[in-house]
Amino acid sequence: MRERLEQLKQEALSELSGAADAGQLNDLRVKYLGKKGALTEILRGMGSLSAEERPVIGQVGNEVRGAIEAVIEEKQQKFEQLETERRLAAEKLDVTLPGRPLKQGGVHPLNRIIQEIEDIFIGMGYTIAEGPEVETDYFNFEALNLPKNHPARDMQDSFYLTEDLLMRTQTSPVQARTMKAMEGEVPVKIICPGKVYRRDDDDATHSFQFNQIEGLVIGKNIRMSDLKGTLLQFSRKMFGPNTQIRLRPSFFPFTEPSIEVDVTCVKCGGKGCRVCKNSGWLEILGSGMVHPRVLEMGGYDPEQYTGFAFGMGVERIAMLKYGVDDIRHFYNNDIRFLEQFARH
Amino acid sequence: MKVSTSWLSDYISLENVDINELAEQITRSGIEIDSVESLNKGVTKVVVGYVKTKEKHPDADKLNVVTVDAGQEEELQIVCGAKNIDAGQKVPIALVGAKLPGGLEIKKAKLRGVASQGMVCSAKELGLNDKLLPKDQQEGILVLPPETTIGTPIEQILNLNDQIMDFDLTPNRSDCLSMLGAAYEVGAILARDVKLPEAKVAENASLASDSISVKISNPELCSHFAVRVISGVKIGPSPQWMQNRLMAAGVRPINNVVDVTNYVMLEYGQPLHAYDADRIAGSQIEVRAALEGETIETLDGQERKVPAGALLIADAEKPIGLAGVMGGANSEVTENTVNIVLESAKFDGGAVRKASRHFGLRSEASQRFEKEVDPARVIPALNRAAALIAEYAGCTVQQGIVESGGDGTEPLVIPLSLTKLNQFLGTEISSLEAKTILARLHFECGDLPDNVLEVKVPTRRGDITRDVDLIEEVARLYGYDKIPTTAIEGPTTQGGYSKPQLLRRGIRTMLTNGGLQEVISYSFANREAETLFPALREGRHSVKLAMPMSEDRSVLRTSLIPQLVDVAVFNRNRKQENLALFEIGSVFQNEEPELTVQPKEIPMLGILITGLRQEKQWNSASDKVDFYDLKGAVESVVGFLGLTGQITYEADRPEGFHPGRSASIFLDNSHSKQRIGVLGQMHPDLQRSKELDDTYVAELKLEPLFTADTRAIEYRDLPRFPSVQRDIAVVVANEVTAASLIKAIEDSAGELLEKVQVFDVFTGSKLGEGKKSIALSLVYRHMERTLTDEEITEVHGRAVAALEQTFGAELRK
Repeated sequence: MRERLEQLKQEALSELSGAADAGQLNDLRVKYLGKKGALTEILRGMGSLSAEERPVIGQVGNEVRGAIEAVIEEKQQKFEQLETERRLAAEKLDVTLPGRPLKQGGVHPLNRIIQEIEDIFIGMGYTIAEGPEVETDYFNFEALNLPKNHPARDMQDSFYLTEDLLMRTQTSPVQARTMKAMEGEVPVKIICPGKVYRRDDDDATHSFQFNQIEGLVIGKNIRMSDLKGTLLQFSRKMFGPNTQIRLRPSFFPFTEPSIEVDVTCVKCGGKGCRVCKNSGWLEILGSGMVHPRVLEMGGYDPEQYTGFAFGMGVERIAMLKYGVDDIRHFYNNDIRFLEQFARH
Repeated sequence: MKVSTSWLSDYISLENVDINELAEQITRSGIEIDSVESLNKGVTKVVVGYVKTKEKHPDADKLNVVTVDAGQEEELQIVCGAKNIDAGQKVPIALVGAKLPGGLEIKKAKLRGVASQGMVCSAKELGLNDKLLPKDQQEGILVLPPETTIGTPIEQILNLNDQIMDFDLTPNRSDCLSMLGAAYEVGAILARDVKLPEAKVAENASLASDSISVKISNPELCSHFAVRVISGVKIGPSPQWMQNRLMAAGVRPINNVVDVTNYVMLEYGQPLHAYDADRIAGSQIEVRAALEGETIETLDGQERKVPAGALLIADAEKPIGLAGVMGGANSEVTENTVNIVLESAKFDGGAVRKASRHFGLRSEASQRFEKEVDPARVIPALNRAAALIAEYAGCTVQQGIVESGGDGTEPLVIPLSLTKLNQFLGTEISSLEAKTILARLHFECGDLPDNVLEVKVPTRRGDITRDVDLIEEVARLYGYDKIPTTAIEGPTTQGGYSKPQLLRRGIRTMLTNGGLQEVISYSFANREAETLFPALREGRHSVKLAMPMSEDRSVLRTSLIPQLVDVAVFNRNRKQENLALFEIGSVFQNEEPELTVQPKEIPMLGILITGLRQEKQWNSASDKVDFYDLKGAVESVVGFLGLTGQITYEADRPEGFHPGRSASIFLDNSHSKQRIGVLGQMHPDLQRSKELDDTYVAELKLEPLFTADTRAIEYRDLPRFPSVQRDIAVVVANEVTAASLIKAIEDSAGELLEKVQVFDVFTGSKLGEGKKSIALSLVYRHMERTLTDEEITEVHGRAVAALEQTFGAELRK
């Protein structure tokens, strides 16, 4: 009987090694190990064995079963693995096809610039002030040291609504309004972004509607060197850490001294290029120390308090920063233009 | 102001100064130099020649053959086509080998068989701006004065080696509208002295006051009026050097008298006017305000009505000039003039400005008066001009100046605290440094106690009135580069947005992350288009521009929707038809038809969607947007603001909208109910006229949304017990709204109802005419225990019963 069992084992193992798929493997399992299988058949003859022989042969029978089962198990795992591989291969996708995008719109490029500048100044301790777009002659001009018939009014041709009301030509009236609202309190530290309007024929660099950001600081002992420090800090955050600034004397009725501020060219970094007309510098900001008349009219004693103010054109900065060559793009709102700014 | 550097060097030494470097220094000190232009555009070997003979070319009608003495060894024969050439003229001759601007080189040539040894030049060929020359000289050759020396290089005669700096002056620096002003500025920069021009008037025996007197009747409009009388004038051309300088400054030469007045105006910044003395009636010149109905014919031949109050110069009978603006034709200096009255005055800047605006006449003179001339130069300029006229018009000047007024020539004294100066600038400028700078400006300076300087500001610098003006002068010449960079001292401040600013930015972020694109449109709108969506105007009026630039931009927008529609049309015209846009901006509405106070500026949110929900792609359908895409966007904004429970939507038919697909939006809370917005589809007729596909628009007022009470975020326990969902479908009449069903369920089911949601709506013939089916899912939950079947059945039954009773709803099984 032992020989028959050994023979069965050999037979079974050799036949199993030829099994080609899970089906054949199962047939062989039934053939050898099933209830009516060959092994059971042999072991059925155990009854005729002696009491001494019975456990010995029983053990051999178990070993044979174990050996066959192990091979079946091994084979089965292999077939399953192959099956999985085949199935996954059939599920292969074209990964180059586009996915389903999340919907993403964009902030208008001018508001992007405004938000960026707001963030910088908020970080420097400024709050954001706002004022009306329809202004009185008083706040737009007179409170800024531009009395009627002042020659500097020629610098800004305005859209009047009535004798006394006009579209603000600058965000500076917010300075005057803020001073009035603060009632002599210090420190004042604001910036005010907003739309302004001037009677300009539209072309690539002029728009009758544009945006400015104005800044105002009033306190005890505010110095021109503080203005310089503030604008350097801002310029480096806005245009990069290596940015330099250059101050030139200028004239605005509401500041004295008045200063034009150039920054090193955003394009060439100061080496000279087409954008900066080979000068290495770009005129970005107007600024100055608040004129004592303006302080007085705003309710601050110029002998006790000093201040500085600055202003910049949002469109100009956006054009320089993004390389936009025509200001009208900002107001045409061509979606193909706007979408270019809908990313980080 | 165009500043000739050769002229400038009459008053200040420019030795060893590179003009381009100087221009940069001037710019860095406060006056921008727009350009430095060299007058010589590349002229060599052009000399003065004398035309001895002129004959017709034998073979060409339009050509002449001239013989010229150009100071060469031999006479030259030149063929010339200019009409104005004639024997006896002095003209510029380009010799053989000469070079002209543009690279033209002169060679020996034969023209129609006749040899030509050079070329007679026009002004343009010499690179000059010939617009300032008489017409015959623009078309033909340049004719030089008879006294010009033969053989002299033309560069010397026309002063071509000059360089012109263009001063771009800010309104405060009108002192540099004069060569002397420019000299003082350059002198301050280079620390060099300024030499004033000679003005010695050789007077004859007659007394000017015997022939004329002057009177100022309105001293508030004219603080000084002075004249000199000049006899025996011979009108003719002015000397070439003077013409060169005038042309370099962009002024047209006319005759010796007019040229002198212009020359001295450029030199001193003081405009002058010459009258033909023999055409003045009576013996008194009066400066007075115009009476009602007066007229004057001005030099340009125009008859002008003078507004009452405008400043006039008048003789005994009539006005003879508009003060500071333009002279009268009736007293104009002509070729036949023999005696002149020369005027120098200080007119009020505001008065001149008003008059020049009124008449639309802006001249070199009016520009200078408008910005206030230097009162101390009225007399020196008068004397300088009288002396030059005497010299170049062969005449004599009568004794004495006849004048009225003349105050205000004393320098202004301003104390300047050096402590304040350094405090203000953040510098440590020493007293010596400050004094040196002020001395360079020719500001006299004395010492007062406590580190204070007493500075005398000459009247030519009328822009300096306070100590800060002096601080600026010191700072700009000290150099802004040398001012240190410091941080603000004092308490730190807390930066940040206000609540509305924060919410606006939040909405902007939220909508862009939801796929909408922000736009910025113009605040000026078309008057007609403006009225298309008037719902949120609530009867208020639009505001008109007094002088619009075009009809399309003639009123202030009262709504964002027409502007958004324009953006959609603009994009549709460029084949961009799938749009989801929004704008946050103010609209302008006025309570009264007439604008008397500032109009209301109302911050609005506008939304427009049209076209496909998303671009058609291989794996996604390309559905068109509909009303509920728009409403979803609005609901998301409301949800972001924490106001979901306070906002209701009611079917409405606002103007401009599809009557069945539009609604008003209400803020409806315990305080009040107010309409804060509209949404819906554009009216199909309007869509058609704009050639737009179905387009959905909404507009919301932001202020009420920002000020409505919201509960702060407060954590709620997460549920620990299961919920139970019961779905029902009811058939109701078409008019019954989903909102009313939900409200009825909420009211009847009570606290155990956690959520109710519509999950299906349909109509169909099976349901019967005018009916629809609405399927709702109701979720019940108790926070402290598991609900029993009985409880749910009881509550759910109440809800269903409410629907049946209130709306006659049939429960679908």
